[in-house]
Amino acid sequence: MDTVVSDLLCIGAGLAGERVAVEAAAAGFSTICLSIVPPRRSHSSAAQGGMQASLGNSCMGEGDCPDVHFEDTVKGSDWGCDQEVARLFVERAPEAVREMAFWGIPWNRVVAGKSTYFKGGKQYEKVEAPEKEGLITARDFGGTAKWRTCYTSDGTGHTLLYTMDNKVVELGVTVHDRMEAISLIHDGENCMGAVARCLKTGKLRVYLARATLIATGGYGRIYRETTNAVINDGGGAIIALDTGIVPLGNPEAIQFHPTGIVPTNILVTEGCRGDGGTLLDVNEERFMPEYEPAKAELASRDVVSRWMTHHIRRGLGVPSHYGDHLWLDIRHLGAAHIKTKLREVEEICNNFLGIDPVTQLIPVRPAQHYTMAGIRTNKDGAAYGLKGLFAAGEAACWDLHGFNRLGGNSLAETVVAGKIVGEKVVEYLKGHEARFDTGVVRDRVRRDQERIDRLIGCKDGKEDTFKVRSAMQDELMERVGIFRNGKDLQQAVDNLQEILQRARRVGLRSSGLGANPELTLALKIEGMVKLALCTAYGALQRTESRGCHAREDFQARNDRDWLNRTLATWKEGANLPALEYEPASPSMPLPPGDRGYGASKIITCDGEIIDRG
Amino acid sequence: MGRHLTFEIFRFNPEDKDSVPHMETFHLEETERMTLFIALTRIREEQDPSLQFDFCCRAGICGSCAMMINGRPGLACKTLTRELPSEITLLPLPVFKLIGDLSVDTGTWYRAMNEKVESWIHTHRSFDPRAEEQRMDNALAEEIYELERCVECGCCVASCGTANMREDFLGASALNRIARFMMDPRDERSSKEYFEVVGTDEGIFGCMGLLACEDVCPKNLPLQDQLGILRRKMGWQAVKHLFRMG
Repeated sequence: MDTVVSDLLCIGAGLAGERVAVEAAAAGFSTICLSIVPPRRSHSSAAQGGMQASLGNSCMGEGDCPDVHFEDTVKGSDWGCDQEVARLFVERAPEAVREMAFWGIPWNRVVAGKSTYFKGGKQYEKVEAPEKEGLITARDFGGTAKWRTCYTSDGTGHTLLYTMDNKVVELGVTVHDRMEAISLIHDGENCMGAVARCLKTGKLRVYLARATLIATGGYGRIYRETTNAVINDGGGAIIALDTGIVPLGNPEAIQFHPTGIVPTNILVTEGCRGDGGTLLDVNEERFMPEYEPAKAELASRDVVSRWMTHHIRRGLGVPSHYGDHLWLDIRHLGAAHIKTKLREVEEICNNFLGIDPVTQLIPVRPAQHYTMAGIRTNKDGAAYGLKGLFAAGEAACWDLHGFNRLGGNSLAETVVAGKIVGEKVVEYLKGHEARFDTGVVRDRVRRDQERIDRLIGCKDGKEDTFKVRSAMQDELMERVGIFRNGKDLQQAVDNLQEILQRARRVGLRSSGLGANPELTLALKIEGMVKLALCTAYGALQRTESRGCHAREDFQARNDRDWLNRTLATWKEGANLPALEYEPASPSMPLPPGDRGYGASKIITCDGEIIDRG
Repeated sequence: MGRHLTFEIFRFNPEDKDSVPHMETFHLEETERMTLFIALTRIREEQDPSLQFDFCCRAGICGSCAMMINGRPGLACKTLTRELPSEITLLPLPVFKLIGDLSVDTGTWYRAMNEKVESWIHTHRSFDPRAEEQRMDNALAEEIYELERCVECGCCVASCGTANMREDFLGASALNRIARFMMDPRDERSSKEYFEVVGTDEGIFGCMGLLACEDVCPKNLPLQDQLGILRRKMGWQAVKHLFRMG
């Protein structure tokens, strides 16, 4: 078997994976990154908004510091995050932004003097201080007390990813692109690397490493409607779950975004509503004021998404070939405003819909957006359960975001966690040697080759892998979406268990030769359905509402019973995950309280019921 | 709405010894707001699951899906079918190595390009985590960003007369990258050092000035201007070199 040995194997070469790789390579360790696409095509590039760090250079961020960032992050998480991790993160974020500047990011800078900005449809003025001229500036993002989001125009993720990959090239880090890890090699205690399938030739290869990192991003593609890239289908989470030992943290914690365009689900910014855009139904009538009289379209992301779904279910959506949707109307903002302040939206509408938003309505509906769920690690990024296995970025449940991630904290997490976990990986490599058991390796390869042969030979059945995927995606969208309730969740769990059986009977229609895309999907369809079941089952068990997890039948946040994190593992041959729980945070410097927005009912740790109603 | 679309798609799987390069016809009913991403995904899922093509972000950001669309390189995700005639011919990009059907290996090509032009900030300084960042004029940051927007999709390379004739030509995206670093005060390379990278026929002097690169760039990068500026700067450097002026 073709075998490659290195000190560190990074599975995934987006921002988090590459940042860890850079740290290890700079310390002199041989490092290999695997990526299913050329690294610069990773989904990190799509994060347009920016990266939070409390530099406080802009006048609108005056007085900002790690403490304020910490408070915003913990509140945002609805007290679901690990507060030690949040503290670590906010303290290191400013340094990480400056380091990226040193490596070449053209961050937008403070321009001294007067300028105007929009908030809630109104125009305001600000004056930047002359002594701050030329320092890294920041913009406003939801859920933050200060302007804290550092950015490069509309392409922050893109510039970060290109600069990071420049660093990777400079350091000579080997990247094997179009190489997909399909299983982890381990003996129940130690991780030794991975078996990967080449997406150019279809051939298998063994990667052995002293440390293995999973940084494969989120897995929004288990949902039918998602803003995520096509590649975000859970490869990394699946191989971790398949070990039967490594748990997923909070699999029920999935974030939605209200305005994905139809049919491609490309995200259009909340700035549209911020600036005064409205949502219309099939009768071209506004409906948000009916549900949220005070805030209407300006209510928070999750609230707007929920009412949109509710309105569509009432039969007031606009029918289309791609299912029902609603309209986003920004026509009244005028051509001048749309072509300058919302240029990016104008381009998306013209390029991907063939619609001119100055004169036409934009078809939108809520879509899955972010996976707070992920491979559970400790604060060093070391995965629970297997020595030598690490995870970082959206793939991990580190756990910075708890039950709700703030805008600008995900991009920041990739770089900051990448740096911190990178340092810990270096420490680990300095102190640990690995033993590669050839029997374990041979057995793992044999099992993977057998899976491939069975799929090609239709040995287990002839289920169509694309149809199984659609069934799973529909199930999650319909019953494990934004609004959740016990009856639907139970139904989803039952149906997904049937779909899991179908996934186990998949057989190929095509030859499976070379970089065959049907085989690529077939190899992970069972794993995807398992991820879906973890989400549905975790959501069913969690009888409270917290952050993005909104139960219609349990509307209060219940700190007495649920101030904890779900840990889901999957034992071999099982039809459901095994769930365990651990405290949300080892300590609570910021004790549970009111977020000041979102759900209003709380059952406190002492069992007292607070209702802001 | 409701047009009947006919796709002529290039097929070849180098990993299948029975496969020979050929064109294959697929049919699809057009739906509203259909892009080539929607169309190709449907063809794969409903008609031929072995069809190879590359999509990733499907939002014009990642540069994965460049292909020849009715003879012109472009991003498939950004192409609405209604802007095309009902007969659509799709071919893989030339210049890059074919992986299969519409999929080509841009990753290897671009990694080599980035190594060749040393696409990173060259500095003798080291990062001080406690120091304030080096200041920069916002206008300059935006100018750098303007050139940094390249997504390495390969459209400019595929459309380039020189790149199609000689394998070692750097191409517009590489020259644009050099222009980006020349503009950046953090990069300490001298004109002479840049000249060593691009002052040859493989670099800026290989450009024949046909400028299809600018016509097809899906990010509308100002390639014509940048190639012109670079040629002038490097020409001047060549003259200096001739007279040993440094």
